[in-house]
Amino acid sequence: MAGAVQHDYHLVNPSPWPFIGSIGAAMTAIGAVAWNHSGDGGLFGISGPWLFLTGFAVLLITMAGWWRDVIRESLKGENTAPVVRIGLRYGMILFIASEVMFFAAWFWAFFGAALFPGAGDPVILTDGTQMLNADGLPAYLMNDSRQHVTGGMWPPAGVEVLDPWHLPLINTLILLLSGTTITWSHYALTKNDQKGFIAGLVLTIILGIFFTFLQYVEYNEVLLYGFGDNVERMFTYKASLYGGSFFMATGFHGVHVIIGTIFLIVCLFRGLAGHFTPERHFGFEAAAWYWHFVDVVWLFLFASIYVAGNEGLLG
Amino acid sequence: MAGTATNTAEHQDDHVPSFFVRWFFSTNHKDIGTLYLVFAILAGVIGGAMSGLIRMELMDPGVTFLTSFTDQNLPEAAQLDAAKNFYNVLITYHGLIMIFFMVMPALIGGFGNWFVPLMIGAPDMAFPRMNNISFWLYGASALLLTLSYFAPGYGEQLGFGGGWVLYPPLSTENITGPSMDLLILSLHLAGASSILGAINFITTIFNMRAPGMTLHKMPLFAWSILITAFLLVLSLPVLAGGITMLLTDRMFNTAFFDWTAGGDPILFQHLFWFFGHPEVYILILPGFGIISHIVSTFSKKPIFGYLGMAYAMVAIGFVGFIVWAHHMYTVGMSVNMKAYFTAATLVIAVPTGIKVFSWIATMWGGSVEFKIPMLWAIGFIFLFTIGGVTGVVLANAGIDHALHDTYYVVAHFHYVLSLGAVFAIFAAWYYWFEKMFGIKYNVFFAGAHFWLMFIGVNIIFMPQHFLGLQGMPRRYVDFPEAFALWNHVSTWGYLITVIGVLAFFVGIVASVLQRRKGVANPWGEGATTLEWTLPSPPPFHSFNELPKIK
Repeated sequence: MAGAVQHDYHLVNPSPWPFIGSIGAAMTAIGAVAWNHSGDGGLFGISGPWLFLTGFAVLLITMAGWWRDVIRESLKGENTAPVVRIGLRYGMILFIASEVMFFAAWFWAFFGAALFPGAGDPVILTDGTQMLNADGLPAYLMNDSRQHVTGGMWPPAGVEVLDPWHLPLINTLILLLSGTTITWSHYALTKNDQKGFIAGLVLTIILGIFFTFLQYVEYNEVLLYGFGDNVERMFTYKASLYGGSFFMATGFHGVHVIIGTIFLIVCLFRGLAGHFTPERHFGFEAAAWYWHFVDVVWLFLFASIYVAGNEGLLG
Repeated sequence: MAGTATNTAEHQDDHVPSFFVRWFFSTNHKDIGTLYLVFAILAGVIGGAMSGLIRMELMDPGVTFLTSFTDQNLPEAAQLDAAKNFYNVLITYHGLIMIFFMVMPALIGGFGNWFVPLMIGAPDMAFPRMNNISFWLYGASALLLTLSYFAPGYGEQLGFGGGWVLYPPLSTENITGPSMDLLILSLHLAGASSILGAINFITTIFNMRAPGMTLHKMPLFAWSILITAFLLVLSLPVLAGGITMLLTDRMFNTAFFDWTAGGDPILFQHLFWFFGHPEVYILILPGFGIISHIVSTFSKKPIFGYLGMAYAMVAIGFVGFIVWAHHMYTVGMSVNMKAYFTAATLVIAVPTGIKVFSWIATMWGGSVEFKIPMLWAIGFIFLFTIGGVTGVVLANAGIDHALHDTYYVVAHFHYVLSLGAVFAIFAAWYYWFEKMFGIKYNVFFAGAHFWLMFIGVNIIFMPQHFLGLQGMPRRYVDFPEAFALWNHVSTWGYLITVIGVLAFFVGIVASVLQRRKGVANPWGEGATTLEWTLPSPPPFHSFNELPKIK
């Protein structure tokens, strides 16, 4: 069987990155726990952020080195056979599918609260009177305390929410526009119009950064308000049903926007270096797919959390 | 072709890299598969030792055994508390280790890595480097799990004892120490590892089948791994979201599961079991694939109803996503929901029945040889069927109200896992031993291993059905005198099983010492899949020229 290789698959040489990256992941995770427990003695004598930051640096080095290797292999033509390129497409699609399911969990948490802000029916005793809980308040069948926190409505009573037709709407338009500019960029590339390709890509990156900036402005406003006037701190992430689901869902989306923007910036440098041709540009295509995914997640966030939720259409 | 440019010197022949590069920087599916198997064996020994401590404690009423592991200078009451915490920690880590660090690495990482590329005629996995980070992230995950075991959890006590399901508030308010945080991040890493591995398997199977091998000609083990991989990609991220909420509830004071702030602990159970139920099929489906090959090989007949077998697994995978709340019948859900989840769960018995009857039909009229792998396979069919039947009982919400969290449930899932999935692992081990290592296994010890374990595990778990029906709850360190007899019997079963596992290890040593050289196909005409066309062990990159399938 030692004859010449007669297939097009990409047999990769041994690589140090998976091993180094896993060490980085372990350091980051342990460091995060140690950092978080700095106040109560740390973890096995470790406290403060140093282990977390060191591990994270190792992860960043791993990512840079690993992708550098992938790009080099691409330039040498090692991973560019048609069958290998199909494989890369499968890989990216499946990765995005797993990301979609990750967001499913956050939407689940949001809808679980927004669609059922109250506790359903009060508990009626056999003598026809309403049962009271330990605090002397009416007891409810399913989730007694949620009823008292939210007042049985969504957004919960006392929570001043963002107007969806203000910054959120502008952000929606920005992301939709960036979806068209990335498509312009892609189309130009397939027509070998390198100028149009770069222009579309630069515009997409600018729109992505602008989106992140506006989210920052919005968060800032909300957090200032939350920490300032409202003693209940209903719109901070701390101990708040509304704030927790809002910040975690939109926050994870924001992180994905930033990752997608970095992905696009890397593609910009590669594009300027002439790595992409009308026939072969999977790195860029994957970034575009990822960008569309981020866009679609935002549309769902906008429709459900900002519009339906904040306008009181859910519960 | 552009692809021929890949043929650098390393790829031309069976050049094997130096030791460190080969085992730490590997990009070879067989080497990575071997690493996974070693990892799974180590984890199995640790998880098995934990179950030993559990069974020794439960041998007789009263907390008598685990107190001897506590600080003897403490007052008696404190010793008792420490022993109780130790017991809770043991059952938690036994479950986590056996599921995430033994069965999954063995079946998917180990045998999947080794034999999916061989069976579909591919030279390696689609993403060999990513394959390696799947393995090493498991190492990182195991490190965090180990640290979590030794970190403070409940007060000054070490480890997290809230059960492998990690339900809040046990996992949030009650465990203030870093143990739980480490455990959550350990599962994040294991999850990332499994998702990457699953993406790799799906891509490999869709994209790298040998010319002529359509999906409808693909071996059933490759089918089973394909479906398993889809379950992983779609279910694990939901768990990741759920345990991230646990983490933010613990670290940043969010209120997802904090009911005093309007949060909902039941939400975690939904997120967990939306992953957790597909997970049990993730554990058993690769076993289904393996058993199909073994039954067919040793009956010298093609598998009965090949397409039905493949699509039965697809059906199990699909329905597995919409039955999760049958783990939660007692949380106070409405009768309508219980009716739906009961009905949906019962539906799973149909494709599962197709599988069991097709295995039997394969043996029917065949020229059956009772070689060691076949013994394990028949053991699997028998025991898995018992576990499946008790599963049908538990699927009924009405009955489950009585049996929920009793030893009946423990007996049920051990029949499908430690007697189902584990029997499939050992069946595969002996079926492919010669192929993987190039030497024959020692028949005497392999036989002793099977019979001791078959008898042992049945003595452990059959009585637990009786205990459950008598009403003994699970996860308790102590029990009244009424349950003494069957607990005692169960522990004796464990001791027999331990001797069986010893035979497994002695058998490995004996096989290595004997060094009887393996042949390409020791099983004869019944073994028809592609791995038997290669020498044992196969060359470093298996196929340099792709096999053609008619």
